[in-house]
Amino acid sequence: MDLTLKIWRQKDASSKGQMVDYKVTEISGSMSFLEMMDVLNEQLVNAGEEPVAFDHDCREGICGMCSMYINGEAHGPDRGVTTCQLHMRMFKDGDTITIEPFRAAAFPVIRDLVVNRSAFDRIQHAGGYISVNTSGNTQDANATLISKHAADTAMDAATCIGCGACVATCKNSSAMLFVGAKVSQYALLPQGQVEAADRVKNMVAQMDLEGFGNCTNTGACEVECPKGISLDNIARMNRELMKASI
Amino acid sequence: MALDSKVPKGPIADKWTDYKNHINLVNPANKRNIDVIVVGTGLAGGSASATLAELGYNVKAFAYQDSPRRAHSIAAQGGINAAKNYQGDGDSTYRLFYDTVKGGDYRSRESNVYRLAEVSANIIDQCVAQGVPFARDYGGLLDNRSFGGVLVSRTFYAKGQTGQQLLLGAYSAMNRQIARGKIEMFNRHEMLDVVIVGGKARGIIARNLVTGEIERHSAHAVVIASGGYGNVYFLSTNAMGSNVTAGWKVHKKGAYFANPCYTQIHPTCIPRSGDYQSKLTLMSESLRNDGRIWVPKHMEDVLAIREGKKKPTELTEEQRDYYLERRYPAFGNLVPRDVASRAAKERSDAGYGVNATGEAVYLDFAASFERYGKEQAKIHNISNPSEAKIKELGQEIVKAKYGNLFQMYEKIVDENPYETPMMIYPAVHYTMGGVWVDYNLMTTIPGCYAIGEANFSDHGANRLGASALMQGLADGYFVLPYTIGDYLADDIRTGKISTETPEFDAAEKEVKERIAFLINNKGTHSVDYYHKKLGKIMWDKCGMSRNAEGLESAIEEISALRKDFWQNVNVPGTDTEYNEQLAKAGRVADFLELGELFAKDALVREESAGGHFREEHQTPEGEAKRIKDFQFVSAWEYKGEPKDAVLHKESLEYENIEVKERSYK
Amino acid sequence: MSGFFKSSIGRKVAMALSAFFLMFFLLQHLSINILSVLNPELFNEVSHFMGTNPLVQFVLQPILIFAVVFHFVMGFVLELRNRKANGVKYAKNNGAANSTWFSRNMIWSGLTILAFIGLHFVDFWFPEMNTKFIQGDWSGTMEGVEGFRYHEELVHKFANPVRVAAYTISFIFLGLHLAHGFTSAFQSMGGTAGRKKTLQTIGKAYSIIIPAGFIFIAIYHHFNH
Ligand SMILES: Cc1cc2nc3c(=O)[nH]c(=O)nc-3n(C[C@H](O)[C@H](O)[C@H](O)COP(=O)(O)OP(=O)(O)OC[C@H]3O[C@@H](n4cnc5c(N)ncnc54)[C@H](O)[C@@H]3O)c2cc1C
Ligand code: HEM
Ligand code: SF4
Ligand code: FES
Repeated sequence: MDLTLKIWRQKDASSKGQMVDYKVTEISGSMSFLEMMDVLNEQLVNAGEEPVAFDHDCREGICGMCSMYINGEAHGPDRGVTTCQLHMRMFKDGDTITIEPFRAAAFPVIRDLVVNRSAFDRIQHAGGYISVNTSGNTQDANATLISKHAADTAMDAATCIGCGACVATCKNSSAMLFVGAKVSQYALLPQGQVEAADRVKNMVAQMDLEGFGNCTNTGACEVECPKGISLDNIARMNRELMKASI
Repeated sequence: MALDSKVPKGPIADKWTDYKNHINLVNPANKRNIDVIVVGTGLAGGSASATLAELGYNVKAFAYQDSPRRAHSIAAQGGINAAKNYQGDGDSTYRLFYDTVKGGDYRSRESNVYRLAEVSANIIDQCVAQGVPFARDYGGLLDNRSFGGVLVSRTFYAKGQTGQQLLLGAYSAMNRQIARGKIEMFNRHEMLDVVIVGGKARGIIARNLVTGEIERHSAHAVVIASGGYGNVYFLSTNAMGSNVTAGWKVHKKGAYFANPCYTQIHPTCIPRSGDYQSKLTLMSESLRNDGRIWVPKHMEDVLAIREGKKKPTELTEEQRDYYLERRYPAFGNLVPRDVASRAAKERSDAGYGVNATGEAVYLDFAASFERYGKEQAKIHNISNPSEAKIKELGQEIVKAKYGNLFQMYEKIVDENPYETPMMIYPAVHYTMGGVWVDYNLMTTIPGCYAIGEANFSDHGANRLGASALMQGLADGYFVLPYTIGDYLADDIRTGKISTETPEFDAAEKEVKERIAFLINNKGTHSVDYYHKKLGKIMWDKCGMSRNAEGLESAIEEISALRKDFWQNVNVPGTDTEYNEQLAKAGRVADFLELGELFAKDALVREESAGGHFREEHQTPEGEAKRIKDFQFVSAWEYKGEPKDAVLHKESLEYENIEVKERSYK
Repeated sequence: MSGFFKSSIGRKVAMALSAFFLMFFLLQHLSINILSVLNPELFNEVSHFMGTNPLVQFVLQPILIFAVVFHFVMGFVLELRNRKANGVKYAKNNGAANSTWFSRNMIWSGLTILAFIGLHFVDFWFPEMNTKFIQGDWSGTMEGVEGFRYHEELVHKFANPVRVAAYTISFIFLGLHLAHGFTSAFQSMGGTAGRKKTLQTIGKAYSIIIPAGFIFIAIYHHFNH
């Protein structure tokens, strides 16, 4: 199929950006979206132009690196996938596709479609861990029983890949789904209880400091999240913070 | 320089304990004055950084991704081994040791593998304490699954995301140290050279991938944890950015590179679909627990299927060839990876491949749906369940186990694997070769260490499933922190290493010149053009089976391609900005050197062992034939062009295991 | 604790608490007003009680006013922060793909309600306050009206079609506000129940019945007198 692409180009963080139109031809439906971008970039390089910068690494939906806002949706129109798992069979011949970086004040653009998501890391530094030394001298792994339900629910929360689609999608650029997932994972496990109160307070404080917005509970994040992280995690974080503060 | 593996004396079961009892330690106050650079934040680098920082060293960690959490360890799906014997099925340290040495086709160092097996149990304890949500059973205990090449269930897993969960564990430990200021994290930085001062590794030159700035970083020791080099094949299950650069740079500065030709081709990946393909996707090996691999028995069925006249589900049991079960009745679908991959290639080469490219076999879950379905019907007291009900119940179980993999498959292939068997084909997955290290995990450059997939590792000529995660974490959490202390004990009075020295000047100059050359060349071909060409040579001639003629021509071709690259490569943009093409160009340049050494290594190794299959050396049944004379590690010393590299041999002694014909029949 | 209400989550909890109070008030308000249709006598009785009971007048009424003011001021505070948190606007944003219009536009439905509240104050509350506190008339009666005046006043106001139209539109926006707000408030308070079937149904019912009730009263009186 032949496509028109409208892509955000921005030289660096301090430059102004703009949308630029490109054409690609003979795109196959079984290509991934990023493979389509490869085709465009190869075309640009051969024409002596600078290719479109975009983040990507694993190309199998797990590293959370890829991050495009495609036709008005984070990771594009498909559900439960990252951009690298989005396939061109979702589009039709002649389509115009708008491609923008993930937008949020806390995610400044580095170049073109590449944004800086270090704010997520800093939130984790504030408390995204259990304070146990890695000496290996801990108790036996089976010494504490953990119910299958708790383990599975913690696992569901832990599947977050830190891609930032939730923030990009949210009309308030809120990071509640991401932070909620991390707080939940530890809150659900006995190992995480000891520091639970400090953890949630510190992580929420850092989240606010980074300039993310509030949560209006629109639920858009849950819909666009490639890993199906549930809004329950946000509610759990709200509860944890109330518990920690009262 | 003669190779000294520095393996401690004494009985194998006591070596590690004795060693720890006798090494030099650095007192806590002195650790504060010692800096360590860790290149890479995967399971190996992440766990090492965290532990070293906890011990009190000042750590500088580097990753080319935007966060440590995104290292490619994240992609591991299946699981991690540990000799816990929770299932009471006869597992033990010795058995894990034995399985790993045998699985590696008797080409790994006994003492290292034993130590790995010994610390494996600690890994699970540690990770659980960190909050890694491993799968549990209804009683609240940890669950296990089994992987290829072994007869026990010792694999721990977290859904189909074990690598991610373990990496998030290591990342969380790092976060704690970053918050304390003990780890300084350099994201989006690429190491481009190591700096040697007075014969010791004392720093690195790195490029800030956002600004293009070239930076000098000094330390008392440098740890390379940069992962594997499977991307030398262009198409692999590795991440797009995975590279050999860090390992190759230390090689060029004096570290020997071991067994480059040992590559693992994983049997269960999604087949290639077209020329635009940028990477291959793994379907976890755990699927072989429940899936049966087959191709049609008769050629006419193969053709009918390819033409779309027949569906695989229409073939009766008699019309199918479950070739692994046929050839290897003892292990069946759970033979080790090298064996399963070659068997798939054998069938495809014989013309039985089931898709248009002729390079695909089936992985079928129908039998599992039925088995689990019947079991569930019993559990739920459903008498006389209909076939559809059984299938439905069975599918629920399979979905709970592998749902995300099935979904991933459907998204990529656009076929529903619950209704029709999956198609799979082998793909490059892991590199057993890497930077040579001694028992201390130190390379032949004093003060330069290599851990995780980047070293030549404990897996010999073939790695068993779920062992790489184990090795990465063992190296980083439990081995390196001791061995590096022994070395750093001499550095307590050294003081800060200056970056304003002739050695740093020279290294930086070299890096800058190379970058300037790439940018200014403005040739005719893109970087990918060369990478794809290299990949094709590698796959055709250094792939699942190799022969002398092919390897010789591979050496010629790669050498010519490298020359062409340095004349005609086109890197757009400048070196003072975010420039992915430039980063890629540097990586491909290194692959073009490594690829040649790879072929040379494969040519010299006149035997078949594990992932290295030389057509000239096979048994009458087509199995790999090892040759006693090659019971050594090939460690290559850099001498300029790859063709001039000098071979050093570390001979391998087996005192605790009888070297046998590896049989899974 | 004071830190809590400065955090983004704390503010949302406060928002939800004030909203709960408002929603309870609306329920109570509608229950009384509907009497004006069913039983004008009783309506007058209850209105007089509410209008003259010191507990209602000096405790509940100030709380209500505080809740209203707090709610919309906090609404503005949150909205401002959210706007600041956004980066450059998307050239193309397909909000409808993942959320409802009213959930994304609480500020607009809120502002409409605020405008209505203004109107409502001018219509009923200022005259009431004038009568009671400035003129000091606590009798609840009016010249030319037999018994209490409340019903008569109400009916009189709804004679004007423009006013009825304004009320109707405002209440439709209130409905939209509540269609998202009801369950949202539970979620803000940390309840996952907000997304359970029953609560969603109750929320839906509430957000339809309350505004519909008020609209019905306005229209009923407009056409029946
Ligand atoms: C798809 C897939 C599935 C797998 N499944 C399993 C499994 O189920 N079980 C199992 O045991 N193993 C599995 N493996 C293997 C295992 O995941 C890897 O071998 C292991 O994770 C490697 O870890 P590492 O820490 O050595 O390297 P990586 O995790 O690859 O980390 C490399 C690090 O080095 C950094 N880096 C690289 N080059 C540079 C440079 N030049 N400068 C600066 N930084 C650099 C990167 O940023 C990254 O942080 C799988 C592998 C793949 C690809
Ligand atoms: C009687 C009148 C009102 C009722 C019953 C009401 C009810 C609610 C409820 C239940 C919520 C959800 C709270 C939450 O998500 O935690 C809410 C949110 C909100 N209300 Fe109101 N509201 C009323 C008036 C107003 C007014 C006058 C404004 C003025 C601007 C307003 C603005 C908002 C805003 C902006 C939100 C969303 C806050 C956010 O989630 O970011 N509301 N309201
Ligand atoms: S919660 Fe979902 S959308 Fe948000 S960062 Fe995690 S995976 Fe991405
Ligand atoms: S590239 Fe890793 S998730 Fe898309």
